[in-house]
Amino acid sequence: MPLPADTDVTTAKYLRDKYAIVGVGETTFTRGSDKTTRALGSWAMRNAIADAGMKASDIDGMLSYSGNDSTASTFIAGDIGARLNFYMDCNGGGSSTEALIGIAIGVMEAGLCKTVAIFRAMNGFSQVRIGGTGARSAAPVNGDMLHSRAYGWQSAGQMFAPTFMRHMYTYGTKPEQVAMVKVVHSEHASNNPKAYYKKRYTVDDVLNSRIICKPLHLLDCCVETDNATAIIITKADRARDLRHTPALIRGIVGRCSKPRMDMHYQTGPIDRVGGYYAKNILWPNAGVGPEDIDATGAYDAFTFTSMLQLEDYGFCKKGEGGEYVSSGITRLGGRRPNNTSGGHLCEGYTHGMNMVIENVRQLRHDVDDSCPCDAHGKRQHTYDYREGGCRQVKNIEVTANLGWANPMTTSAMVMRRGA
Amino acid sequence: MTTRGDYLGMALSIDDLDGENLAYFKHCAAHQFHLQKCDDCSLLRYPPTTGCPWCSSPNATWTPVEGKGEVHSYEEVHHAIQPAFKAVAPYLVLLVDLDTQKGQPSEHEALRVVGNLVTPDGKFAPPDLVKKVGIGSRLRMVFSDVSEGISLPQWTIDETATQPAKPWRYPQE
Repeated sequence: MPLPADTDVTTAKYLRDKYAIVGVGETTFTRGSDKTTRALGSWAMRNAIADAGMKASDIDGMLSYSGNDSTASTFIAGDIGARLNFYMDCNGGGSSTEALIGIAIGVMEAGLCKTVAIFRAMNGFSQVRIGGTGARSAAPVNGDMLHSRAYGWQSAGQMFAPTFMRHMYTYGTKPEQVAMVKVVHSEHASNNPKAYYKKRYTVDDVLNSRIICKPLHLLDCCVETDNATAIIITKADRARDLRHTPALIRGIVGRCSKPRMDMHYQTGPIDRVGGYYAKNILWPNAGVGPEDIDATGAYDAFTFTSMLQLEDYGFCKKGEGGEYVSSGITRLGGRRPNNTSGGHLCEGYTHGMNMVIENVRQLRHDVDDSCPCDAHGKRQHTYDYREGGCRQVKNIEVTANLGWANPMTTSAMVMRRGA
Repeated sequence: MTTRGDYLGMALSIDDLDGENLAYFKHCAAHQFHLQKCDDCSLLRYPPTTGCPWCSSPNATWTPVEGKGEVHSYEEVHHAIQPAFKAVAPYLVLLVDLDTQKGQPSEHEALRVVGNLVTPDGKFAPPDLVKKVGIGSRLRMVFSDVSEGISLPQWTIDETATQPAKPWRYPQE
């Protein structure tokens, strides 16, 4: 498939490559953690600090995001023994990770602190169900919510479905094309020992799974899991002394939105998503275009969300997303694999952070698959992508994460392999 | 005193301070559909807001609007998550382009009013009726009464309109 060559990547941005992700960590992905989000959050944070080769006392900034279903930085910092010069806990789900990385760079550039840890801790299965069932679904309906929840229009899938359906209507996108997103991500997950679902699925498996909310089948929807994830960001010159090859941050766009976030269906086209606007910030900020990207992390809350974002960020022409995601391009071994960890559809649901973590490990050329390690503990990747095998992308240099809050709001980040 | 209602066993309420939603649903309770019309740019808007999304003016007048239009997009919910809706699944959530102001302020815009598909007397549509409606279907507004100050606008098939030979439906049926 031809890629657009008309992307404007010319704007000079002096913060390119000046900051890096130097540590990543997560808990196991479970359904039934039997732990508080406080315990999960500090567990992931300890792993990220160890991964970076840092000490807790090196962390002097902290950011987190949640929908009132997490534990605040004040408790996590205490539990790891960090004294903070800056912290902030934000409201939000998907699209928060990349936006907070942008905020972290801003506060470090302004001199507020030197190293920022960002975490997301959630019991998305055993406490606040991410699919919206349980206590949230039975809550009283007040004020502005009368225009949505009073119509049985509440969960993420329910709120996004009119955009998905209209895309099929406008462009002839087929269910079997979209199902390929799940198929490909499940292949990737089968090579990820951490993934909650490691089983490989077929197009028929997706299309024969029960309808949740037409056009969404059960297997078009992400998994609900309990887990925490964390990343550590600092200046690139500091990163050189640390344990791993840094993932340099090239450019970010944060929570860029369509008009009418109160009800985006009032402005059209409704099958357009936030990436339509965000791409004009992301690519100039990063100084690269879609054709330069070796792997994507396009947020897969649903199969459709990956496809729509790849389309509106310019990885294919508008309307050709169905062809793009079913062409083999997004598969390991393809030209530009997407969500090599298995993403939200298979690995676990983290509101986007696991996809950033995966691309950091990819850029280190040290993704945690089942390939054997040599005598020095260095993994020897085989690039054999059959089930249970390798998931390292060969010679990967540049990645893009495309975060999704909903059809109208997106964040994104380009990273490249450091020296 | 907060305006309250019970709808399908689900508690609905509007705070006293929420003048915009109080006015909107009070008109609905009288079975009249009114939207705010901007006093400055003259564009209608939906749902209620405290300022004009097109020109940011805070001044608007509640104006009667005809409850007729065409389905712009829809979804068919089979796995209801809210307890109130489990008994009525599968149900449709419809986005209906009102004929009034369609294509304004640009060709991509319309007043897209949410509703479920109901029978003319306001009851949730049975499964055979749900299958008949898709993108392009012509609908008219009816009201489901909840309480003294709250009725919900809903959509039913417009028997007087010319319907598309085959409204667009999700391909895997």
